[in-house]
Amino acid sequence: MDFRLTEDQRALRRGVRELLAGRFDREVLRGFVDAPSLDRGLWRELGDAGFFSLRLPEAEGGVGLGLPEAVLVFEEAGRVLLPGPLVSTHLAAGAVPGAADGSVVVTSVDEGLVPWLDEADVVLGDVTGAVPVRSVDPLTPLHRLPGTGDGAHPYPPPRTSSWGDPRAERLPTTGLAEATLLTAAEQVGSAQATTDMAVSYAHARSQFGQVIGGFQAVKHLCAGMLVRVELARAAVWAAAVTGDPVEVAGAKLLADDAAVGNARDCLQVHGGMGFTWEADVHLHLKRAWVRAELGMTAARAEETVAAGL
Amino acid sequence: MDLSCTDEEEEFRARLREWLAATLPGLPERPDPLDWPARRAYDCGWQRRLYDAGYADTHWDASPTQRLIFLEETELAGAPYVGANFVGLLHAGPTIAAEGTAAQRERWLPPILRGDEVWCQGFSEPDAGSDLASLRTKAVRDGDAYVVTGQKIWTSHAEVADWCELLVRTDPDAPSKHKGITWLAMPMDAPGITVRPLRTLAGSTEFAEVFLDEVRVPVENRVGEENDGWRVTMVTLSFERGTAFVGEVVACRRLLGELARTARKNGTWDDPVLRRRLGRLSAEFQALWRIVQANVSEAQATGGVPGAGGSVFKLHYSHARQELYDAAAAVLGPDALDLGRDWTLDRLSSLSYTIAAGTSQIQRNIVAERILGLPKGR
Ligand SMILES: Cc1cc2nc3c(=O)[nH]c(=O)nc-3n(C[C@H](O)[C@H](O)[C@H](O)COP(=O)(O)OP(=O)(O)OC[C@H]3O[C@@H](n4cnc5c(N)ncnc54)[C@H](O)[C@@H]3O)c2cc1C
Repeated sequence: MDFRLTEDQRALRRGVRELLAGRFDREVLRGFVDAPSLDRGLWRELGDAGFFSLRLPEAEGGVGLGLPEAVLVFEEAGRVLLPGPLVSTHLAAGAVPGAADGSVVVTSVDEGLVPWLDEADVVLGDVTGAVPVRSVDPLTPLHRLPGTGDGAHPYPPPRTSSWGDPRAERLPTTGLAEATLLTAAEQVGSAQATTDMAVSYAHARSQFGQVIGGFQAVKHLCAGMLVRVELARAAVWAAAVTGDPVEVAGAKLLADDAAVGNARDCLQVHGGMGFTWEADVHLHLKRAWVRAELGMTAARAEETVAAGL
Repeated sequence: MDLSCTDEEEEFRARLREWLAATLPGLPERPDPLDWPARRAYDCGWQRRLYDAGYADTHWDASPTQRLIFLEETELAGAPYVGANFVGLLHAGPTIAAEGTAAQRERWLPPILRGDEVWCQGFSEPDAGSDLASLRTKAVRDGDAYVVTGQKIWTSHAEVADWCELLVRTDPDAPSKHKGITWLAMPMDAPGITVRPLRTLAGSTEFAEVFLDEVRVPVENRVGEENDGWRVTMVTLSFERGTAFVGEVVACRRLLGELARTARKNGTWDDPVLRRRLGRLSAEFQALWRIVQANVSEAQATGGVPGAGGSVFKLHYSHARQELYDAAAAVLGPDALDLGRDWTLDRLSSLSYTIAAGTSQIQRNIVAERILGLPKGR
C-alpha cells in the first residue's frame, strides 16, 4: 500500500495545471463571465491534450490511463472553474464520435437538469419539454426537465438511465458512478482553490495593524477549510482507486461539503470584497451549488452510504 | 496511488484473522470499566497474548501496511482496546524508539511490548495545559540524578503506571520557555511521588494529579539532550496526534454497523433524517481511514515520524466521534440514559476527545501556522 501519487501522476497533474494556466487564466475566465459561451477552440485544445480521451485505450487513439488519473485532471479543471459539459464529453469519448478529440460537445440529462443544452452537439437522455433556467452560475447555462423542481419530490429515486442517443450504447454501465466521481473531483479542485484564495488574502490584508491571518478567528476558518478539502480529496482519490459505488457516494458527499463550505468561508475571509462581483469567490460558490445538484445529491449520497451499513 | 496489499501482507491478514477468531472467544470477561487495577491486568494480559503470538511488534517494527492491517483486523474483530498500554505502545514507546539510545531502547521497549510495564504521560501541569511549554516542574542535577519537584495533572492511568514520560524544566533561565525543558523516564515507584486520582465526568478515576517532591531520576533516564526536551516532545506529540488514534477509526466503522443493525431492529431506521445522519458519518469515517493511509504512506516515505497532517486527522476525527455517540443516543432513545450501557459510558468519555492530546483550538492553530503558513499572532 502506498497511497501517494506516483511520479507519472504528479507529472500529469503538473502538465494539466500548466496547460490550463496558459490557456484559461483569470482574464479568460472573467471574459466568459461577461459573455457566456462555449469556447470551441479551447474544447479542441482540451481534446488534443487528451482531456477527453484520457481513459480510452491507446489502440483506440486514447491515452490509456485510468480513473485515478482522470480524477487528478478534473481536480485541476475544478480549480480554475473550466466551463462546459466536461464530464459528459469525457464519458462519451469512444462512444460518441468526435467526443474524444473535442470536435463534438456532449451533454447529458443529470438529476433532471441539462447543462449547456443549447451549445451541445449531442445530448444523452430525453430532453423533451426541457425549459431554460436563469442559471445561478453565470458559467453554466441550465435547462430543467418537466416534473423536476417546483413542487416535485425533492429527492427523486435513483433514475434508471435512458441514454437517448443510439450512439451512446457503448457507454459503460458504471458511467453514472464515474460521472459522480469526476464531478466530485471538480468540487475538490474548487475547494482547494478557495482555500488558497483565503490563505493568500489572509496574508495580504491588514487590519488593526497586523495581517488578518494572524487573528485566530480567521486562522481557524482557514484551518477548517484545509481539513474539509483534505478529507474530501482522500475520499475522492480512494474511490477512484477502488471504484466502489458506496465509496463514490461518500466522496461526492464530502466533496460537495468541501466546495460549498470552503467557498462560503473564503467569502467570509474576504470581508466586503468577498461580496463583490469582482472577486472570484461567488463563481466558485455558484458552480459548487450547481455541481452539488449534479451526479448525486447529498440526500441520495447519504442514503446510498447508509444502505451500505 | 496504490491501495492494494502484497500477497505476503494478505497472508499476514489471513493468519491474524484466524488467530483472532480462535483467541477472542477464550478471553476472560472484560473488567468493570471504572476499575483501573482490573483494567490494567486485563489490558496487559491481552498485550501478552499478542506478544506470545508474535503480533506485538506490529506496533513499531512491522511495515506500516502491516500495522494498518493489524489495526483494521483487531478492531473489526472487536479485540480489546490498548487501554492501559496506550501511552507506552502509542507514544512513549515510539518516542524512545525514535530518540532513545540503544541501551534505552533495550531497557524500555521489550517490557512495553510484553505488557509487563505500563506508562503514563506527565506533561500537563495545573498552569501549563495548552501552553505546555510554560511548565514549571523543576529538575536540578545532583550527581548522577535529577532531583524533581513540582506537580503534574490529568495524568491518565497514573494510578497503575510503572513509568512516566515526564517533562521537567532543567534551565529556568533559558532565553525562551521552549528551551530548558528535558524529557525523562521516571519510575513511578520512586520515593517522593504522590498520586491523587481525579474523578472524571464519567465517574472513573481515569486520570490523576501527581505530586513530585524531590524525586530522584537517574540521569541515564534522560531521552535526548538536557534542555532539548521540547524537540523530543514534538516527536511524542506527533505520534500522539498522528498515529495513536488511527485504530479507533476502524472501531467507529464497526460501531456504526452495530448502530445500523440496532436502528433497523427498533424502527428508528425508518426516519430518513437519522438514516442519512448515519450515512454521512459512515462516509466521514471511511474518508478518515483513507487519510490515515495517506499519512502513513507519507510518513513512511519521509522517515517515520508523522507530520502536521496528524492534526488534520485528529481535528476531524475527534468531532466525528462525538457526533457518532450523539447519533447513537438518537437511535437508542431512553437507553442512552442508562449508565449500564457501553454506549453511554463511551459517549461520556468521548467528550474528552476535543480536549485531550491538544484541544481542537490548538490543532487549528497548528494546521493554520504549520501547514498553511499563517503568522503566529493573537
Ligand atoms: C481525558 C483526558 C486525559 C488526559 N491525559 C493526559 C495525560 O495522560 N498526560 C498529560 O500530560 N495530559 C493529559 N491530559 C491533558 C490535556 O492534554 C489538556 O487538558 C489539554 O492540553 C488542554 O489543557 P487544559 O486542560 O489546561 O486547558 P486550557 O489550556 O486551559 O484550555 C482551556 C480552553 O482554552 C482554549 N485555549 C487555550 N489556549 C488557546 C489558544 N492559544 N488559542 C485558542 N484557544 C485556546 C482551549 O482550547 C480550551 O478550550 C488529558 C486530558 C483529558 C481531558
